[in-house]
Amino acid sequence: MLQIDHLTTAKAKVCLDNVSFLFEAGNIYTILGRTGAGKTELLRALMGLNPLTNGDIKLDNENITKRPIRDRDMSLVYQQFINYPHLSVLDNVAFPLRRQGKKKAEAQSLASTMLTTVGLGDFLHRRPSQLSGGQQQRVALARAMVKQSRILMLDEPLANLDYKLREQLREEFPRLVADNQESVILYTTTEPREAMELGNTMIVMHDGEIIASGPPADLFAHPPTKDTASVISDPPISFISGFVRDQVLYFGEGQLAPSEGLQLPPDGPVTIALRPDAIEPDGAFTAKIGLSEFSGSQTIIHLDFDFGRAIMMVEGIETFKSGDNLSISIQAEQIMLFAPDGRNITLRDN
Amino acid sequence: MAKIVLENLGHSYLSNPKSEHDFALKPVNLTWEDGKTYALLGPSGCGKTTMLNIISGLVPPSHGRLYFDDQDVTAVPTSARNIAQVFQFPVIYSTKTVRQNLAFPLECRGMNPSKIKQRVAEVATLLDLDYALDMPARKLSADQKQLISLGRGLVREDVSAILLDEPLTVIDPQMKFMLRRKLREINRQTGMTMILVTHDQSEAMSFADEIVVMKDGLVQQSGTPEELFSQPQNDFVGYFIGSPPMNMITLEPNLGSLCTEALNLTKPLPAGIPVGNDVAIYQMGIRPEHIVMVNEESDSIGKGTIIKIEHLGVDGVVTLKLPTGVIIKAKTRKHTEMMVGDTSGIRVCKKNALLYIDGTLSPSLN
Repeated sequence: MLQIDHLTTAKAKVCLDNVSFLFEAGNIYTILGRTGAGKTELLRALMGLNPLTNGDIKLDNENITKRPIRDRDMSLVYQQFINYPHLSVLDNVAFPLRRQGKKKAEAQSLASTMLTTVGLGDFLHRRPSQLSGGQQQRVALARAMVKQSRILMLDEPLANLDYKLREQLREEFPRLVADNQESVILYTTTEPREAMELGNTMIVMHDGEIIASGPPADLFAHPPTKDTASVISDPPISFISGFVRDQVLYFGEGQLAPSEGLQLPPDGPVTIALRPDAIEPDGAFTAKIGLSEFSGSQTIIHLDFDFGRAIMMVEGIETFKSGDNLSISIQAEQIMLFAPDGRNITLRDN
Repeated sequence: MAKIVLENLGHSYLSNPKSEHDFALKPVNLTWEDGKTYALLGPSGCGKTTMLNIISGLVPPSHGRLYFDDQDVTAVPTSARNIAQVFQFPVIYSTKTVRQNLAFPLECRGMNPSKIKQRVAEVATLLDLDYALDMPARKLSADQKQLISLGRGLVREDVSAILLDEPLTVIDPQMKFMLRRKLREINRQTGMTMILVTHDQSEAMSFADEIVVMKDGLVQQSGTPEELFSQPQNDFVGYFIGSPPMNMITLEPNLGSLCTEALNLTKPLPAGIPVGNDVAIYQMGIRPEHIVMVNEESDSIGKGTIIKIEHLGVDGVVTLKLPTGVIIKAKTRKHTEMMVGDTSGIRVCKKNALLYIDGTLSPSLN
């Protein structure tokens, strides 16, 4: 169990601002945020690489805030593939065990088992430079995992890999870390899909703060704030300004009455959030087609309304001409409403 | 602006290539129309950047010719090719303002100041950077810096083509959407040919009118995103285009047809191909998007047990284990209504089940 209370840092490009959280062993936490949200800063602060101006770090109720880095029982995998170029793959992974004082034979045997787990059993005696990028990152991952540290941290570990390699490692990831049942695993990413796929718990960071956390599917369906909705939506969510008066929702030249799928808040300004599944072809609204893109079996259509921009996705391969007008409907049960302070105030009957 | 023709164009970094393996880019013939958007797609080391560097003139090809509008430019230096190029990381003069960044290439050419002012204004409008002209370039976000990099190429008149070498790598996912849209708009407004190098199939699909899929220096298939998605010419294209990759299910020859115990779908056995053990590998390729999950009772071609559900936002990916142990994946928007352990029927439209023989599409039978 790892507990952080009021972590605050200064003097960095991005500073942590009063971050508290309780991490439990055996869980995979994905930390999602844009570039500059404070993800790396949080990992570095935990590790002891960036000094704290305030706050405490407790590992199983023991305060480790002032403990030196090497005694923290933590491992960190970086975005760049970092390995010892002069050591074989096997010795790269055995190295941390040797430093712990294990005999050479034992260290190599454990390292060899770990390398087999990550699919590098046939490459033990190669140098890292003789491996592909994906394989090099597996070596770094194996070296971090072999220590069985209490805290395993991965800082955008797939960011420098090809799309397809990333897809493959994402698929394998749960199996790769299966042996680290006793560890807290922290995994940062800028990709909402990756965070949702890999985490038991997703933590959303923004401007140096944790702004939301919870099971990924729940957070996606019910983001507590507008910023959260924005960070976790890919394709992007569109926000439109509107207001409620006498139980009717007005935006641009459009309006919506309350229905089973959407109750309306009291009179006042609101922000309406549209994800691609909230817009369907044919209906009461007119939009101008900005651009249509093809994405596998779906077509992504960028729409320009008189009240803003939004994205629609339709099944199948459709050709839409830029500049044409398109009739669309807005699905009341799919839209979300946010108060001026950013709180999610969506209310549905069911 | 130019039509670009690659004629038997290939490159080996060795001075005396002996076999096919010695080529970083195996000789290829391609024609790219003026004004369209193209993507060179493939994994690291597939030769896509080599191809781009040959077009920009940074690498002189060891074999073949390159033409811009029927003019042989194979030996023309980069500076005379009028190429605008954007790289993976923004290249900006961080101490200069946006305006100074955009004006610099013209000042170097000695263009007169009033003309420079006019060109910079035009390009800034095209890029939606008017408001930022007097801001220091270093203050802008990564996607805006990429636009400045592009703008510095565009201010020159008579640009032949815009080359983009993985320009979206350092951009956050949501901003990628906006920048991609901007690039397409620039293509539409200026009519300039654009060539994008990427390893990201979704980026290639949404950006390009036509995609060149490459592997090991060899062009695997060149076609519209739709063609690559619905008719991948071989198993590599089926794997590389689409996420998750195409499901490949092994078929057994049996009494004049090809079938599998896993699903009730048969294909006629191709004529003229000998049947026997180890003669050929027959596979059925089905896109995850084309697997429809239905109630077991309704007319399905098989059933499977749900062993994994991935929530990816609006869409989800469901992994199914068929009774024979074969694992397939389906893409659906109904994933939130499903549970691991449920049994589901499977329906596949016949035209979406493609036959592959030894990894190559067998179009006559589909």
